[in-house]
Amino acid sequence: MKPVDGTENGVAGLSRRELLAMAGPGLFLCFSVDWLAAQEPARLPARQGYPTDINAYLRIGPDGRVTCFAGKVELGQGAMTVLAQILAEELDVAYDSVDMVLGDTELCPYDMGTFGSMNVRYFGPALRGAGAEAKAILLQMAGEQLQAPAARLQVKAGVVTDPNTPGKSVTYGQLVQGKRIERHLEGVPVKPVTAYSVVGHTAPRKDALDKVTGKAKYCGDFMFPGMLHARLVRPPAHGAKFKDADTSAAEKAGARIVRDDGMVAVLHERPDLADRALGLVKAQFERPEPTMDDKTIFDHLLKTAPPLQNVGASGDLAEGEKASGTIVEETYLNSYVAHAPMETHSATAVVEDGRATVWASTQAPFSLRTQVAQAIGLAPQNVRIIASYVGGGFGGKSAGGQAVEAARLAKATGKPVQVVWNRAEEFFYDTFRPAAVVKIRSGVTSAGKIALWDYKVYGAGEREAKTYYDIPHQRTLSAGGWQGGNPPGMHLSAVGPWRAPSVNTNTFARESHMDILAAKAGIDPLEFRLKHLSDARMRRVLEAVAKQFAWKAGKAPSGRGAGIACGIYSNAYAATMAEVAVDKKTGHVQVKRVVSAMDVGLVVNPDGLRQQMEGCIVMGLGYALTEEVHFKDGEVLDRNFDSYQIPRFSWMPRVETILIDNPGTPAVGGGEPPIITMGAVIANAIYDAAGVRLRQLPMTPARVLEALKKG
Amino acid sequence: MERTISFTLNGRPASVKVEDDRMLLWVLRSDLGLTGTKFGCGEGLCGACTVIVNQQAVRSCSVPVKDVAGKQVLTIEGLGQSGLHAIQAAFVKHHAFQCGYCTPGMILNAYALLLKTPKPTPEQITRHMEDNLCRCGTHGRILVAIEEAAIQEASAASRGGAR
Repeated sequence: MKPVDGTENGVAGLSRRELLAMAGPGLFLCFSVDWLAAQEPARLPARQGYPTDINAYLRIGPDGRVTCFAGKVELGQGAMTVLAQILAEELDVAYDSVDMVLGDTELCPYDMGTFGSMNVRYFGPALRGAGAEAKAILLQMAGEQLQAPAARLQVKAGVVTDPNTPGKSVTYGQLVQGKRIERHLEGVPVKPVTAYSVVGHTAPRKDALDKVTGKAKYCGDFMFPGMLHARLVRPPAHGAKFKDADTSAAEKAGARIVRDDGMVAVLHERPDLADRALGLVKAQFERPEPTMDDKTIFDHLLKTAPPLQNVGASGDLAEGEKASGTIVEETYLNSYVAHAPMETHSATAVVEDGRATVWASTQAPFSLRTQVAQAIGLAPQNVRIIASYVGGGFGGKSAGGQAVEAARLAKATGKPVQVVWNRAEEFFYDTFRPAAVVKIRSGVTSAGKIALWDYKVYGAGEREAKTYYDIPHQRTLSAGGWQGGNPPGMHLSAVGPWRAPSVNTNTFARESHMDILAAKAGIDPLEFRLKHLSDARMRRVLEAVAKQFAWKAGKAPSGRGAGIACGIYSNAYAATMAEVAVDKKTGHVQVKRVVSAMDVGLVVNPDGLRQQMEGCIVMGLGYALTEEVHFKDGEVLDRNFDSYQIPRFSWMPRVETILIDNPGTPAVGGGEPPIITMGAVIANAIYDAAGVRLRQLPMTPARVLEALKKG
Repeated sequence: MERTISFTLNGRPASVKVEDDRMLLWVLRSDLGLTGTKFGCGEGLCGACTVIVNQQAVRSCSVPVKDVAGKQVLTIEGLGQSGLHAIQAAFVKHHAFQCGYCTPGMILNAYALLLKTPKPTPEQITRHMEDNLCRCGTHGRILVAIEEAAIQEASAASRGGAR
């Protein structure tokens, strides 16, 4: 594998790809094209789990405009843009001529859901294949029309020409005339990466104009004549049982009441008046027995977790113990973290003539279709879910309770019904990132090599729990996780996927621990990692980030406040360095600079990836520094953004992003990798700044002060 | 009390017969059908509902509609009606949004800043935008976009002055 030369190739790549036009500093490290061509894998992507009929993915209008259909959802991550690029590339049409239809179960091919960074990784190849097949068919049709062999024809921006007869041409629009493409071709290869002209370049976002003009419609922006806005009676705490509700005052105030199988809803033509009427309802609940709170949760998790499962082991722990000169045992904690998207869960439902249409803020329209159909007794084919623009998901809009509520109420009232959760409901019903405990027992030899690594994670899940460092004697055990299936009562409420599920917790623990071991061994933290790494992609992101950051080797703490962390997420690699300042009087941590490098294989849209990296870095500041859900006896105490603090403008560090362009490796998702490094990189930087180790997330001023006091 | 409230909305006269203590946000969205103004928190903590009233940025979720009687109200639908405003154009150019839900509030809050302070320093921009929340983490790009829009606006104004 040819190493990256950060200066020469990086700068050349940067200018070639016109990255300087974009905001923010950044590097683009490229491989040479020859190397790339040699590494190209078989160019026949399978359409696994997706339709074989190309008409499911695209339609070409008489004017030549191409409509692309994808079951994915635009959450802000840029799905619209990157998929349009992929299709334009394979079909050889102008990027601007592609219109996107996303997240509509009636129009789009089935898709499991928009999560896990699977858009480019799994749907991308299916769309490439469909585009390539369509192009081959169109060339065949053009050949018949132009009376020339298809192989000789050329196509540019949807116009097919025959180089042997200048002046003669036919457009895709003329060939298809807006109709279905009835032909089918097997085994059409996709375009080689070396021929790309759209993919690999930054494209203007398809959603830009809608979003800056206020025209973008989110699910709560659909209004219908006679529509009712519903507010629901909610329990005061998880585990509380509904007893009774006196709704007479709300009815007097002009609201309509629906009681349906435990649900009590107050409806009004105006959303704020529905809310006022809800305030008049006197509801009684039986409170649950006192259980636990945000301080006792960690002991509770250890007591209630299911048995530990072995998720990977090698060598012999007893041998590792013997070989180790120093044994280091640590425990790492993280609290529940909320998704807190700016758009709360919303849905607008119309149920009439045995059919339901629901506009819903969801990451999984197809599974929501099944849920809604079951809830209102319709066949799934009679339910249409439309996930129009969604105002942020981060994993939190995988479940869709609000859409089921709206559909049930629309059926009960015979009118269109809109349900928009308020901020307190959003916190209460959030499927939090699980609180978790990680225990690591490890040993280092006198030569500064890790000989023993015994890792136990409770609550977070096993993804990327196993270390990628070269350690001869190791074991990884995991108990419980975000996927559900946890013993009843283990968690406060439902937990779920939160941007890079499991991996934020596991990376915080592993990368904090690596720094502790490096300090014990008296070795620079970067050198210590490289000493234990044979994975070339990981070495490369680390070396790239160190070069850009201008990492000064030395034993921590140096007083400079520099930290390092790296990790793998779904076959993507990320390494991050950060510089922090710690206010020893207040415990406040200001992150001054973050440099992050990411390798996601082939880069489809450089600026799209940078946007995701920046988003990861900023969102990561939140879970690292302030974000934790406070609760007591089933009651969620955080109800709004006054107590639950998310990152703000004044927090912003200088951010530098580095993309490792690695076109020989198929593209994987880039929406999550750098966020996994943010807990540890800041913890390690705090240690370098102040000589104190934070083992619990978030690293609030109070926790930093406590650590400083202990020394 | 239900009464008719009249004000200027995006440059045109508007009248609504409503309970006058209802919040402007809901009257805009539900009674007037202007859905570009977003609900985020309901307590003036996030800025998604920011609109301009008499050239000041306000949180429409916390302003009773009676308070805007006789005043000039500008929502995102009224900005850049004849081509994108410089702030909107800069947001497009720098991809200063992701999910876009906070974007109308961000743009209008920035608009209020440039009305008052046409040449803001980066620190002034940060301070002014501090209480508008974005969950996607586009803060860095938003700051760059506002800085650039200020320069664009200032140079357009000076060209206008020279003519």
